[in-house]
Amino acid sequence: MQEYFSLFGLPERFAIDPAQLEVAYRNVQAQVHPDRFAHRPEAERRVAMQWATLANEAFRTLKNPLARARYLLSRRGVEIDAERNNGMSHAFLMQQMEWRESVEEAADDAEALQRLERDLARDERVMLDDVKHAIDEEVDLVQASELVRRLMFMEKLRREIDEALALLEN
Amino acid sequence: MALLQLSEPGESPDPHQQRLAVGIDLGTTNSLVATIRHAVPECLAGDGCGIILPSVVRYQKDGSTIVGQAALAAQTIDPRNTIASVKRLMGRGLADADAGMRGRYDLVDTGDMVRINTVAGQRTPVEVSSEILRVLRERAEASLGDELVGAVITVPAYFDDAQRQATKDAARLAGLNVLRLLNEPTAAAIAYGLDEGAEGIYAVYDLGGGTFDFSILRLSRGVFEVMATSGDSSLGGDDFDEALAAWLHKKASGVDLDCSKSRALLVEARRVKEALTLSAECVARVPVAADGIKDVTITLGEFHELTQALVERTLQPVRKALRDAALKVADIQAVVLVGGATRMPHVRSAVAKMFGREPYTDIDPDKVVAIGAAIQANVLAGNRRPGEDWLLLDVIPLSLGLEMMGGLTEKIIPRNSTIPVSKAQDFTTYKDGQSAMAIHVVQGERELVQDCRSLARFELRGIPPMPAGGARIRVTFQVDADGLLSVSAREQTTGVESHVTVKPSYGLSDDEITGMLKAGFEHAAEDMQARALREQQVEAERLIEAARQALIEDAGLLSSNEQAGIEAAIKRLGELNLGNDHLAIKAGIDALSASTGELAARRMDKAIRQALTGNRIDALPL
Ligand SMILES: Nc1ncnc2c1ncn2[C@@H]1O[C@H](COP(=O)(O)OP(=O)(O)OP(=O)(O)O)[C@@H](O)[C@H]1O
Ligand SMILES: [Mg+2]
Repeated sequence: MQEYFSLFGLPERFAIDPAQLEVAYRNVQAQVHPDRFAHRPEAERRVAMQWATLANEAFRTLKNPLARARYLLSRRGVEIDAERNNGMSHAFLMQQMEWRESVEEAADDAEALQRLERDLARDERVMLDDVKHAIDEEVDLVQASELVRRLMFMEKLRREIDEALALLEN
Repeated sequence: MALLQLSEPGESPDPHQQRLAVGIDLGTTNSLVATIRHAVPECLAGDGCGIILPSVVRYQKDGSTIVGQAALAAQTIDPRNTIASVKRLMGRGLADADAGMRGRYDLVDTGDMVRINTVAGQRTPVEVSSEILRVLRERAEASLGDELVGAVITVPAYFDDAQRQATKDAARLAGLNVLRLLNEPTAAAIAYGLDEGAEGIYAVYDLGGGTFDFSILRLSRGVFEVMATSGDSSLGGDDFDEALAAWLHKKASGVDLDCSKSRALLVEARRVKEALTLSAECVARVPVAADGIKDVTITLGEFHELTQALVERTLQPVRKALRDAALKVADIQAVVLVGGATRMPHVRSAVAKMFGREPYTDIDPDKVVAIGAAIQANVLAGNRRPGEDWLLLDVIPLSLGLEMMGGLTEKIIPRNSTIPVSKAQDFTTYKDGQSAMAIHVVQGERELVQDCRSLARFELRGIPPMPAGGARIRVTFQVDADGLLSVSAREQTTGVESHVTVKPSYGLSDDEITGMLKAGFEHAAEDMQARALREQQVEAERLIEAARQALIEDAGLLSSNEQAGIEAAIKRLGELNLGNDHLAIKAGIDALSASTGELAARRMDKAIRQALTGNRIDALPL
């Protein structure tokens, strides 16, 4: 299976220049997209579709910091199971519960929900910085995967807030 | 694109010989065909009529059909056999067919795709649509003087898989080679963006006769990237007509009307609706029982009041798309209006109010979709000119998923994923010794399977006996560049495999299409045979030459077995080509193509790898 970073000619690191990633992605799609081969025989169209599919998946993965971190960890043999939360610190489990309660309480208060969302996003940014450090510099994969697992929870929570906001809007 | 010059000798497109391709806007109300002639997009007019072909088909006793203006005019005299707005039935079963359509036609429940009873017998919506497409194909061929290489057919962005598949089937049935299904708002954006050289984030609000789409696109340096799309595939001008007809009817009499009169009422409602765009008041001539007509005056204000809820309904998808794209109204540089129904003043003002600015209506909203499709068709057919270097990245409108235990949906590919896209997920058995697994593919956003659209059901059989939880069943979803899904399932430990292209429940089977096409060809004239023979001979020569060349250049990519297989197929086709049986030659061509298919795939893969490597060196900062 083609590795994502090398597909885009980027060094395999967490720190990434989004603009450079985007340019590289577009360059690849410009070469492989099925639209370039629509008049070609079936076999070529099929191969083009496979490459374009891969480019989309690679771009989607590397663009999103959390997905990128998971990808880097899995390349290093660390698979993260979304379902389990053993090994999470007690403090974080408590924090999880608090957040959940706040979301439930704010369920029909758009402003409170937005505030929660902003707080979460701010915390996530700080943690992603730690992830960058843990993967690119310190190479502490245990810490990185612990952070990623927390971030996964937070992302899920943010999606729930989004859904609650969407309901309020309509 | 120099890096991917894969053209085999004799196949590189001759610059003087443009390959004829068209774009077709297959609308609920109106259909158009457009092409690029002398580098200029142009909508093609029919013989003695304009460029717009009303999407109406009238079936007659002898099985013949009348399509377009004449059928539109026959609506009230032959309402049951004169099918309008058939697009609203595409890919639908009776249960989810539009209520208005159910009242107007004699619909038959066949368990899957709905059928319409006509004097000429039962017809599927796919067949009715293909009649419209056939007229447009003939129009294009007459006007361009030759056969078409292919066509881009537009579909509402919010069409689900079943509706897309039905549209593609209709095109094939009409004898068209479908180069691509293109989303209508994206087509509009192409026409618009290339015309104006626009850059930035644009929204397209497309309210047509039967469907509503809202798409947000980012245009930058020649890339059209759809960020989010949403809509309602049964909301359009037709609904305004129905609301107005109901209101007028109540005002005039409220007494039940027969079929022909209620159709006349609907026709009148549409006239009045359109008239109210230009004047503040209108007198409707409302049919009442017997031969009566009653005049009812309606003001623009009254019309707006009674249809404001429909306008509101369009704003919900607008908000959803903004949210999905994580954008605020202020991030949208401009909103482009497409579709005849956006001529209504209250629609315009609702859009203007929502976005805090006047929407764009520069390009004729009737033509813009067909023109965008023609531009895309021209490029897909291989007529890309030097410097014409734009790229389109579109998305799927609705999430795709599987039914899980308890009737819950498990999303596999989320909506607004850029296509082509593929996702695999592993499942396991829940009973000891379970030998089969039912796979139910659904589309939609809802939690419960029953609230989503069922696309297909199939079964993976022959799983060897294992304890519960022992099997690893990988289900793979692949969505191609047309937005069409195929699903395969494979037991990982034993390799038992099952595959479906998601179509049987609402489309036509390949056999059905082939059968219908054959029936059509049997009536064809002799000279068509001669032409087919000539074409197949030329194609055979080209293919033999290309295969020989490939054998020389890429012998290293082939095993000696494969090489021998190709050589045999070349020899066989060479012999067939001396004869004059065009079907036999066609079979020989197919056989050679099949034996070289794997080689072509490997050559292509190699070429792409080389191209990307070159690319990477360029892109790396030094
Ligand atoms: N001046 C007007 N005022 C109001 N409505 C109009 C006017 N002109 C056309 N329409 C309406 O626009 C609709 C047709 O629009 P259009 O041709 O864009 O639809 P379509 O492409 O056939 O449908 P769709 O895209 O939904 O499949 C009809 O409902 C028609 O009554
Ligand atoms: Mg339209």
